[in-house]
Amino acid sequence: MSGEVQAGAVLGGLAEEQQLDGGPRRAGGRRGARPRRIGLGDWLLPAYAVIALVFLLIPIVYTFVFSFNDSIKSNISWRGFTFDKWLNVCNVEGGAVCEAFGNSIVIGLVSTLIATTLGTMIAIAIVRYRFRARSAISLLLFLPMATPEVVLGAGLAAQFLAVGVPKDMLTIILAHTMFCISFVVVTVKARVASLDPALEEAGRDLYGSPSQVFWRVTFPLLTPGILAAALLSFALSFDDFIITNFNSGSVSTFPKYVYISASRGIPAEANVIASAVFLFAIVLVIAAQVSRAARAKRLAKLG
Amino acid sequence: MAFAAFATTEAQPQAPRRRSRIALFLLLPGIAYLILFFLAPLVSLLLTSLQQPNEFGDIGVYDYGFNWQNYVDVVSVYWEHIVRSFGYALVATVLALAFSYPLAYFIGVTARRWPLLQGLMLVLVIAPFFISFLLRTLAWKQILSDESFIITSLKALSLLAPDAHFTGTPFAVIFGLTYNFIPFMTLPLYTTLERLDLRYLEAGSDLYASPFTVFRKVTVPLSMPGIVAGTLLTFIPAAGDYINASRDFLGGPDTQMMGNVIEANFLVTLNYPAAAALSIILMAAILVIVGVYVKRSGTEDLL
Amino acid sequence: MAVREFAERGADLQLVGIQKRFPGFTAIESLDLTIPAGSFFALLGPSGCGKTTTLRLVAGLEEPTEGRILIGGADVTATKAHQRPVNTVFQSYALFPHMTVIENVAFGLRRRRIGDATSRAHEALKLVELDHLAQRRPQQLSGGQQQRVALARAIVNRPALLLLDEPLGALDLKLRRQMQLELKGIQEEVGLTFLHVTHDQEEAMTMADTVAVMNRGAIEQMGAPAELYDLPRTAFVANFLGQSNLLTGEVVGTTPTSIAIDAGGHRVVVPVDRAQVHRGRITVGVRPEKVSLHREAPAEASDRNVLGPGRVIDVSFSGVSTQYLVEVAGIGTLLVFAQNIGIGPVAALGDEVWIGWSVEHGFGLADLAPDEGRFAADDSTSSLAVQAREELVAELGES
Repeated sequence: MSGEVQAGAVLGGLAEEQQLDGGPRRAGGRRGARPRRIGLGDWLLPAYAVIALVFLLIPIVYTFVFSFNDSIKSNISWRGFTFDKWLNVCNVEGGAVCEAFGNSIVIGLVSTLIATTLGTMIAIAIVRYRFRARSAISLLLFLPMATPEVVLGAGLAAQFLAVGVPKDMLTIILAHTMFCISFVVVTVKARVASLDPALEEAGRDLYGSPSQVFWRVTFPLLTPGILAAALLSFALSFDDFIITNFNSGSVSTFPKYVYISASRGIPAEANVIASAVFLFAIVLVIAAQVSRAARAKRLAKLG
Repeated sequence: MAFAAFATTEAQPQAPRRRSRIALFLLLPGIAYLILFFLAPLVSLLLTSLQQPNEFGDIGVYDYGFNWQNYVDVVSVYWEHIVRSFGYALVATVLALAFSYPLAYFIGVTARRWPLLQGLMLVLVIAPFFISFLLRTLAWKQILSDESFIITSLKALSLLAPDAHFTGTPFAVIFGLTYNFIPFMTLPLYTTLERLDLRYLEAGSDLYASPFTVFRKVTVPLSMPGIVAGTLLTFIPAAGDYINASRDFLGGPDTQMMGNVIEANFLVTLNYPAAAALSIILMAAILVIVGVYVKRSGTEDLL
Repeated sequence: MAVREFAERGADLQLVGIQKRFPGFTAIESLDLTIPAGSFFALLGPSGCGKTTTLRLVAGLEEPTEGRILIGGADVTATKAHQRPVNTVFQSYALFPHMTVIENVAFGLRRRRIGDATSRAHEALKLVELDHLAQRRPQQLSGGQQQRVALARAIVNRPALLLLDEPLGALDLKLRRQMQLELKGIQEEVGLTFLHVTHDQEEAMTMADTVAVMNRGAIEQMGAPAELYDLPRTAFVANFLGQSNLLTGEVVGTTPTSIAIDAGGHRVVVPVDRAQVHRGRITVGVRPEKVSLHREAPAEASDRNVLGPGRVIDVSFSGVSTQYLVEVAGIGTLLVFAQNIGIGPVAALGDEVWIGWSVEHGFGLADLAPDEGRFAADDSTSSLAVQAREELVAELGES
């Protein structure tokens, strides 16, 4: 599994190790092997890992804490604890934060839906079919991921300018869908490739017509991969600023709102929204991780 | 965010069937989308980069042409930004690798015995993804501002000159780039280290290699795919980033990178040809660097 | 041809002039095969011999390049897999991981809209004694249990033809024996036609009524297991099905009942009716367990072949029997299996021995033994793999 897929899976908490080949479960395996530490000392590495993780979390904690700051306009120095910002998120600046947040959600959902559909179709075709121009298509899928966002954003903006398309919500959605497709392909492709073709053959052998085999065998087995891809896609879209900035015109999204407010001070309400999204995502992911571990334990017991 | 763009090996085509009509149906919408909204914009960008100013001299209006001079102009004006972009990105990549390798090793190898711990640590590594990129960068700006507890304490302890600044310096920008792209480095490293068969390490020490030699001669070469993927995934977005270097975030007037000048030319001064020429230079440079790097590290098959 | 009815009994299968080419290689040259209804038929061969391709052609998972496939007299060549009255027990079992055991077993019945699918599925599970695990997921079962579910999932449809693709390969020896017996029992009980593909000669011989030995895309020999073993017609069969001592030489004498060859200066006689070719240079053989060791030169007899003196160059004890490798000048090494009836070995390493066997146990082959040595079976499998690898490497190098 690639890093991307890992991220997608962890992101969605969907790293459900469902066996795809239907074969006997591999007993024991590497996980059982006792790791051999190599010279870094018995405590040095764990201690480092803890410090590193704490370091990664510092700005998150800061953002969370300052969502409770009783700030007036800008949210820079600590002025006392309050729940007000959590309770009245939309009351600042005529609800500009909430409007931007709402836009981000809509854009994320629509572009995720389109990108996941198109990307899944491509992933299936790439793994399962032979066609000409295969390497050209692989390159076309790889390039958007290797292109800096600023180039993607400027390119689309130049195109919209040349064609005379006004920038609005639609152009943002078109842009987000574009850069999400490749990620969906990579994520779903791994899932399709790990799907034992014998399962679909068994479906055909057991009197399933091509469409029945797809909807009753292939699609359910791909679901975890597709869901992971969709969640990854949503996260990418939701947090994108650079491409949005070039293609949004006057439409605000949550990251764009933060960027614009940065020069004059960001209201604590932005911290509230970011913290709420963070908590929602993290609870989801941790729950999925815990249930996955529990399931693994249960399976191990049965085996 | 393409962790695996580089880390995935090409999926084995499983009994590819040659029913090309279905393949066409699956591929066409997505590929057409990418041609329309990825490839065509690149062409637009190229055309824009060759435009010349409108003869009536209106700001932001250009005529198509073959004005190669644009490239000469942007390189002579912005060569410092170009050097800075790649220099900062390189340093940030090296730092992120140094930071991530031990962490990924701990999660992927040492923590193998405890899948739940492993899962939770992985969640913590990607936790920064769940909070807005811009907000976590701003959080660092405030944590490390001149009035902040950390900086004032360092000054009080005479570890920092009394008139020293952190934000607005190249250090701050590199720090921000490193922090923001650490997960992109850690995840691919984790993915390869997690698959590392520890028996190779045991075989190494059985054959008289010291722990350090085992690490250098066995562990590192075996984790090469993760190192290559991680460095590319850090380097590419870092080189094109303009948030960290922005004056409202961690940067200052002397830390501007290519992304900043592309943004300024495109969105502020409406000098589209200059922005486009810079984008083309950035993209071309990155493609060349990626190509050479991948070839030299002997991991072509990863693409 | 939607299959709505249960087959009353197995149907016969006919393959007429089948050829299957894949890009770059030909899996099946030309295959004609008839499998009578109700029989247990095994296709035996090394990996890469085309046996699995044959099975997939019958299942409808591949289309033949040329030729026709008839099931119960009806031409199904152009019929899709889901429209054929055929079911497969896959090598990897291919149980759907997202369904329970009972859902897996009922899958085929549901697709054919057969009433009371669930109760029929339970019946099938009872047959394989797994009804108590009906609500489990496949990955919660052991390998042997999964294999039985796969079997139940196939036979519940009462296909005219049941295809088994090395289904026992993943099981350990003990479980495999047990499953062999169960399969045979089920076949007798439900009366289906079984087509079993395997590379395991013991599995083929213990289970099948008829065994066809396949090699390089063609059937080398076909018949009842005992017949094949007793009278192999080609060097490949002689070595793939058990082991053989093969001797090659010119025919030097012919009587109405026997022919004699000169193998490296030794006269070896085989019955005329057990030899495929009667003149020129031929290969004759004898099974190692039919050969006996003698410490002293035995008396000449017209009904026995005697070779010697030779020297014992290897002795390996395997419990029931002991295997001796005997080097005979002019011939090479010969293999002898001696039952451990007495106490202690018959001969020791380095001993001078003679070996002999009844003329009636010998056989003459239709082709010549390959020069490389007697273990043709070994090199056909592994050399195929090596060849395939080299081709692959060359291909990769080009691209």
